[in-house]
Amino acid sequence: MMRAFISVVKRDVALAVQVGGGGGMAVFFFLVAVSLLPLGIGPNLNLLAKIAPGLLWVALLLSSLLTLDRLFQADFEDGTLDALLMGHLPLELTVSAKIIAHWLTTGLPLVIAAPFLGLLLNLGSAHFLPLVGAMLVGTPALSLLGAIGAALTVSVRRGGLLASLLVIPFYIPVLIFGVAAAGSDVSIPGAQHQALMLLGAVTLVSLVLGPVAAAAALRANLRS
Amino acid sequence: MTRSEGASASHPLRLVAQNLVCQRGGRIVFRDVSFSLDAGEALVVTGPNGAGKSSLLRQLAGLVDVAAGQLRLEGGVPDADIAEQAHYIGHLDALKAAMSVRETADFWAGFLGGTEADVERAFEVFDLGALRDLPVAYLSAGQRRRLTLSRLLIAPRALWLLDEPSVALDAASLARLVGAMEIHLESGGLIVAATHQPLGFAQSRSLDLVSVRTVVEVQA
Repeated sequence: MMRAFISVVKRDVALAVQVGGGGGMAVFFFLVAVSLLPLGIGPNLNLLAKIAPGLLWVALLLSSLLTLDRLFQADFEDGTLDALLMGHLPLELTVSAKIIAHWLTTGLPLVIAAPFLGLLLNLGSAHFLPLVGAMLVGTPALSLLGAIGAALTVSVRRGGLLASLLVIPFYIPVLIFGVAAAGSDVSIPGAQHQALMLLGAVTLVSLVLGPVAAAAALRANLRS
Repeated sequence: MTRSEGASASHPLRLVAQNLVCQRGGRIVFRDVSFSLDAGEALVVTGPNGAGKSSLLRQLAGLVDVAAGQLRLEGGVPDADIAEQAHYIGHLDALKAAMSVRETADFWAGFLGGTEADVERAFEVFDLGALRDLPVAYLSAGQRRRLTLSRLLIAPRALWLLDEPSVALDAASLARLVGAMEIHLESGGLIVAATHQPLGFAQSRSLDLVSVRTVVEVQA
């Protein structure tokens, strides 16, 4: 069972690295989005530093949306999903393995890139650690919730956009608590800590819901 | 994880389908399909295009819901559904262009629970040894087909569901496939194959799916 789980993770990571277009493209989009923002807002360093955590989170959210369509669609189109459904591994766990691989190749690179992009926005060095911490806690929820949208639209051609529309409302709590936990606002004592806890709760709820809902959606799509 | 299969099970295997009904997209594809298949037997499903050959195989594989009727595999692994004891090889080849032949086989061995020796045997039977380091992108249609079919041997499973397995295979490869199927039957396995061209087995039964699609609208 464990061997099957690990082989799915390994395969998906290897495919994402070899084929490209996944994590690399998301990071590149992240870079482009963040470097465009100061041009639009103007060179007000104080303002940029103040809104930097929010900008970084929004850009990260959009970047991770870009990669959702390849989570299940490629496997659906070439018939791999049929065989994955027939394994000894319950589909919920197979889906979890794919979500882990997705996070490793998209979420993690984005989190690593975030502090460097923070430099572009004049983010204070004191904010680096809270930002990276909040993103590490929050980005798994993006992959977990995104999987639901990706699974629902797996049989739709060019379903990526539809998946994004479905998923964005569920990303809102991650965004709100993520920005609060990254903490540009230090006026309320303990607010940052509290937001991080709530962000963790969002991730844990997604961990319970995501694989089950995504597996159910995949089954419904395949069996129709 | 290894599981006993075929001849080693306490009771001989028997696949039983009773009055199967298949409904897809709100239309009845076929109904009242019944057959039973004992260990060591092959069932060749024939019928015109659209008769539901592929739908029947997908139903057996658990990939299409059984609208009505019964389907069971007697004497198999307890607590495992048919899908877990079956290989389904459909029209799609389930291959990734970026992976090499070796990586593809290793993945399926890892996922389905096969050993290194199983992979080597599958490569030998389907003559893939010389191609092992080649990315799938550079394989010909027949070679891709052979790699897809090698999944049958990479992890031993009792029931083989083959949808047009001979597509794109040359005469030599077809002989290799038929050889593998005969060995599978001799060891107590079961095969259900949908095909237009005769595969040339000695012992096989046939099921002709008469088209019942003459617009049977579903009752609301």
